[in-house]
Amino acid sequence: MKILIKNGLVVDPANNRNEILDILIEDKRITRLAQNISSSADEVIDAAHRIVIPGIVDMHVHLREPGREDKETVASATRSALKGGVTSVLAMPNTQPAMDSLEAVGLLKGIIKKTAQANVFICGAITKERAGKELARISSLKKAGIVAISDDGSSVESTSLMLAAFKQAKKNKLPVICHSEDKNLSGQGVMNLGAFSTRLGLRGISAESEYRRVERDIHLAEKTRSRVHIAHVSCKESVELIAKAKKKGVKVTAETAPHYFTFTEEELTDYDTNKKMNPPLRGKDDVKALRQALKSGTIDVIASDHAPHTENEKDVEFERAEFGTIGLETLLAASVTELIHAGILDWPALVRKLTLNPAKILGIDKGTLSSGKEADITIIDPNKEWVMSKEDIASLSKNSAFLGFPFKGYVEYTICSGEIIYFSRQK
Amino acid sequence: MSDWIKKDLLGLEYLNKEEIELVLSTAASFKEVSTRSIKKVPALRGSTVVNLFYEPSTRTRVSFEVAAKRLSADVINIAAQESSVRKGETLIDTGRNIQALKADIIVIRHNCSGAANILARNVAISVINAGDGWHEHPTQALLDMFTLKEKLGDIQGLSVSIVGDIAHSRVARSNIWGLTKLGAKVTVCAPKMLIPPGIEKMGARVTSDIDAAIKDADALNILRMQFERDEQNAFPKQLEYFKTFGITKERLKKAKKDIVIMHPGPINRGVEMASDVADGEHAVILEQVTNGIAVRMAVLYLVSQARGLHENTD
Repeated sequence: MKILIKNGLVVDPANNRNEILDILIEDKRITRLAQNISSSADEVIDAAHRIVIPGIVDMHVHLREPGREDKETVASATRSALKGGVTSVLAMPNTQPAMDSLEAVGLLKGIIKKTAQANVFICGAITKERAGKELARISSLKKAGIVAISDDGSSVESTSLMLAAFKQAKKNKLPVICHSEDKNLSGQGVMNLGAFSTRLGLRGISAESEYRRVERDIHLAEKTRSRVHIAHVSCKESVELIAKAKKKGVKVTAETAPHYFTFTEEELTDYDTNKKMNPPLRGKDDVKALRQALKSGTIDVIASDHAPHTENEKDVEFERAEFGTIGLETLLAASVTELIHAGILDWPALVRKLTLNPAKILGIDKGTLSSGKEADITIIDPNKEWVMSKEDIASLSKNSAFLGFPFKGYVEYTICSGEIIYFSRQK
Repeated sequence: MSDWIKKDLLGLEYLNKEEIELVLSTAASFKEVSTRSIKKVPALRGSTVVNLFYEPSTRTRVSFEVAAKRLSADVINIAAQESSVRKGETLIDTGRNIQALKADIIVIRHNCSGAANILARNVAISVINAGDGWHEHPTQALLDMFTLKEKLGDIQGLSVSIVGDIAHSRVARSNIWGLTKLGAKVTVCAPKMLIPPGIEKMGARVTSDIDAAIKDADALNILRMQFERDEQNAFPKQLEYFKTFGITKERLKKAKKDIVIMHPGPINRGVEMASDVADGEHAVILEQVTNGIAVRMAVLYLVSQARGLHENTD
């Protein structure tokens, strides 16, 4: 099978490419990148006026399988990923069972082998059952193939346990991905604490409950000289702490999600439970700080924090609804709309945050268009305008914060492991 | 005069000045009905009003029931906390079931903020918010304003101080929206821990000095201290609260001569206010109860008119 992609603007930060090129794929691998490749091919894709980038690496995805197959499965999540131009995902460990043992990781690997349509990497749990009481056996998880550890969904309360986790992570050359939330401070909160939570009569989650924990985990990483990755940064104080730590040389990286740089808490005025997430949508100043941090490089990665929930869990009173939004199908489109078209990032900077940076943090051989690599490629129409409706969603769950949102930027083709697995262009 | 076009009444945040004034003037014309020997008009004859109450409430529920009956509506009371909800039915399903019974209006009281908003966008019939969590209690604020108007004339330019547990009070929030839209100056007064962040952005001045709150006020709205909400045992104790914030004859010596004192009830005598103040010349607490019926008649009538409007244009 030979695929030839013609005349696309190839943006490949790993190789400093940002030019119009043809790409030839033979036997699932990229074999040539050059202008005007004249080769016969089984499939020729005309990519004129399109952007051609490495397949997106989304390092924050809740697959829900094993355990909550009513919300999402490996099969449905990877279908959803491909629709969004995502070819590699990092599966967060808060499944049932949690990814805290060889057996659990083995179980998930079996499901992936049978049903995954994209590349799935596994994040192990920091503590057994993610209960924050006792470390998981991180060395053996590493041997089973995990690429990071996290108790995502919760933060490890005990500082001494977290210190031990950082030491283990260093020994095993794994990054620690931190969900930064001091539950003592966030309590029963359901949205950002401030004038809007007052107006809506809802319990607030302070920015402090996030950044105090960011501060602690950066400190532990510094002390143990290990790598920390701050997940879903939502507030300006966290950004400031990360910038300061980077300047000092601490091995810290950070991620945010499209909903945090697109929406503010003001979106909640009609109690839309699809916009209830943890951390919560914050204020205007926070959105501004996140956009600035994406520009300056303080935030390295954009990830979806894809968090599927059934309609039964969302179509309830705001206080009783689950936290989270799905995001695989809108990660790229929201980023193009809000960052490229708004002039915050140029294509190479955006593509780096969606591909190369997460791949580097996880130490996986993805996120580039280098010759000889397995072909994971996403082709984008940068100017197509579209709106997502529930019926369009490939994920099993429909809880998107972006329903009805006007996007500019659309995934046309997703090539995963050398095969065109998704395309939306009408031929 | 403007027309009422809204299917629902969810909060005073969502009404403009003209709509609030329309409720108040409609209430004024309905007030007389309750003074007749036959206290009934046929305005809602053949309509069904369902009181769907997820929180125990006597006074608001009874007030709505009386209002609906004086408009000749059929009234059904559902104490949701002891019915299907305990069997796991969701709010939206309950609402749709009530709609399937061909009811016309749901009056909902719920302990979750936003419950009325969520119900209203999932049913085609009218929804009236009778109090949702800490969010809004629009008919209470409307009856407070109706009472103020009766006592003091125009609301424009009045100074009203709301005293008590502002943080957990839907009555405070609805009053702030309504009064500021009608041009009153609103001050909220409470111990610091009971003042929620950013309340001044809703248009209220903030103080923790009760004498300052009384001094220039044309009216006081004294909220019930909800000690049952004191999850962290952080509120001042009852006696301490009375000493610092309680309304007494002594404190009222520095007040305006004709100050109006309101309370949404039920009163904790000797906590928010002294008994002799509650029963004294300035208090209008029982008149508020009477006016509540007229205001709720007006709201029931207006939303049912609007629904007729929607149906005709469909």
